[in-house]
Amino acid sequence: MSILKVAHLSKNYHDLKDEIKALKDISFEMEDQEFISIVGPSGCGKSTLLSILSGLDKASSGTIEFSKKNCKIGYMLQKDSLFPWKTVYENCLIGLKIEGPIQEEDKKEVLRLLKTYGLYEFKDKYPKSLSGGMRQRVALIRTLAIKPDILLLDEPFSALDYQTRLALSEDVYNIIKKEKKTAIMVTHDLAEAISMSNRILIFSKRPSTVKKIYKVQLTNRKGPINNRKCPEFNTYYDLIWRDLDVHI
Amino acid sequence: MSTFSKEHLEFIKQKKKEKRKIVLFRTLSLLLFLGLWEFSVKEKWLNTFLFSSPSLVLQTVVKLFQTNDLWEHIFITIYETVLSFGISSFLGISIAGILWWNKVLAKVVDPYLTVLNALPKVALGPLIIIWVGASTNSIIFMALLIATFLSIIDIYQSFISTENNYITLMKSFHATKKQIFFQVVLPSNYQNIINSLKINIGMSFIGVIMGELLVSKKGLGYLIMYGSQVFNINLVITAVVILGVISYFMYFVIDKLEQKIKR
Ligand SMILES: Nc1ncnc2c1ncn2[C@@H]1O[C@H](COP(=O)(O)OP(=O)(O)O)[C@@H](O)[C@H]1O
Ligand SMILES: [Mg+2]
Repeated sequence: MSILKVAHLSKNYHDLKDEIKALKDISFEMEDQEFISIVGPSGCGKSTLLSILSGLDKASSGTIEFSKKNCKIGYMLQKDSLFPWKTVYENCLIGLKIEGPIQEEDKKEVLRLLKTYGLYEFKDKYPKSLSGGMRQRVALIRTLAIKPDILLLDEPFSALDYQTRLALSEDVYNIIKKEKKTAIMVTHDLAEAISMSNRILIFSKRPSTVKKIYKVQLTNRKGPINNRKCPEFNTYYDLIWRDLDVHI
Repeated sequence: MSTFSKEHLEFIKQKKKEKRKIVLFRTLSLLLFLGLWEFSVKEKWLNTFLFSSPSLVLQTVVKLFQTNDLWEHIFITIYETVLSFGISSFLGISIAGILWWNKVLAKVVDPYLTVLNALPKVALGPLIIIWVGASTNSIIFMALLIATFLSIIDIYQSFISTENNYITLMKSFHATKKQIFFQVVLPSNYQNIINSLKINIGMSFIGVIMGELLVSKKGLGYLIMYGSQVFNINLVITAVVILGVISYFMYFVIDKLEQKIKR
């Protein structure tokens, strides 16, 4: 069953001097519990798409349909943006606090997430004492706390060093699968996209369209780190690399 | 404590030694200054009548104290300063908040704020006396004129430079403008507001003394004015010294308060 249907979405940005056509014609559908990655040249409008889907920004034209009424979107921004004046636990509760008085069971759920993902001892610490990978996990729990139907992840690992990034992609993937979430992730790392996703959307240069969609079929699909060893992995890598058409 | 290594203990000892040295030199330089002053007057290098002397200042303080006037003057000046500080801080934060809320209004009033802030307020002295009357009110009014605009501009500037990512995050959770203001804009600018309040207390103090010089019958500004009119330089210098002590005291209190709140 499709949970999200995007059709002919376009977005133009205006200022007094100029008009920037960011998205020209974006159409795709998404299944429940599917994991989709978006790759494309930088500045092509990937973040723009996410901010439109989350309701932060308005599309210039086109339609977005959610199968569920009041479909809740959890948006994990490019920067973790943890509030330095709040503890880890308080940071995780921000989304809930905005919605209204926090229910006891929601608090319990957040504590469960903190416990499950190895952050429980840090719950009363301030974000500055956390490592980059931990901060990103807190940001994810903060997003999950409001129980979103669809997760939007904007380059969630781009600020991390390679090893942390690999380990965290495994973690995040497992969290998303375990909590049975549907997710759209923007990334510029092809290996990350192939190893984590069910499908990959390739965006063209600005003004962007969906240039191609890959269904990622791997024999022996497991977690992201393991998937990198699948025989099809390199084939996908080469194909997508060619599609991106990078000139140096 | 016992778990610290020898190296660490040595480090702490070194730091403490440094601190003691600074306190020592501060005290010595003050004593040296007072000593030179006293000495130059005694040796008649300086005219006592024009430059007073530490011992004369002390005598004046004692005399003022005995006639029961000193505390009253000090109290009045501090009271006026604290009152002006309170009002101008409140106005500064709330008006800056309103301007943050309404960007169009902020753009409209921007040139007015700039002009009002840059205008030398002493020039308004005579007008204030005519409008408000020669009373405590006009002193407070003068202090508010001097302190408020600066604080509005300062705090507004920090409000609008709030980290944009924090605001985007709040919006992604569908936060209202009120929630964004109270949960992000205010707390993230906490340090900026404190810094601005620190400037504000100085400004209020300046404003109060300026107002007292113009109109008052009490307060340290009045003592200075009165002293100069009867050519009692002793009194003038004594009042100035007391102002210095009060300034230091206010700085001290604010600093302690800040450290207390921070923890
Ligand atoms: N708020 C904005 N105002 C004007 N132009 C914008 C704005 N946000 C993004 N853009 C422009 O739109 C294009 C797409 O940006 P973005 O979606 O951030 O790209 P990316 O694919 O790298 O995430 C860029 O050229 C950017 O300059
Ligand atoms: Mg981006």
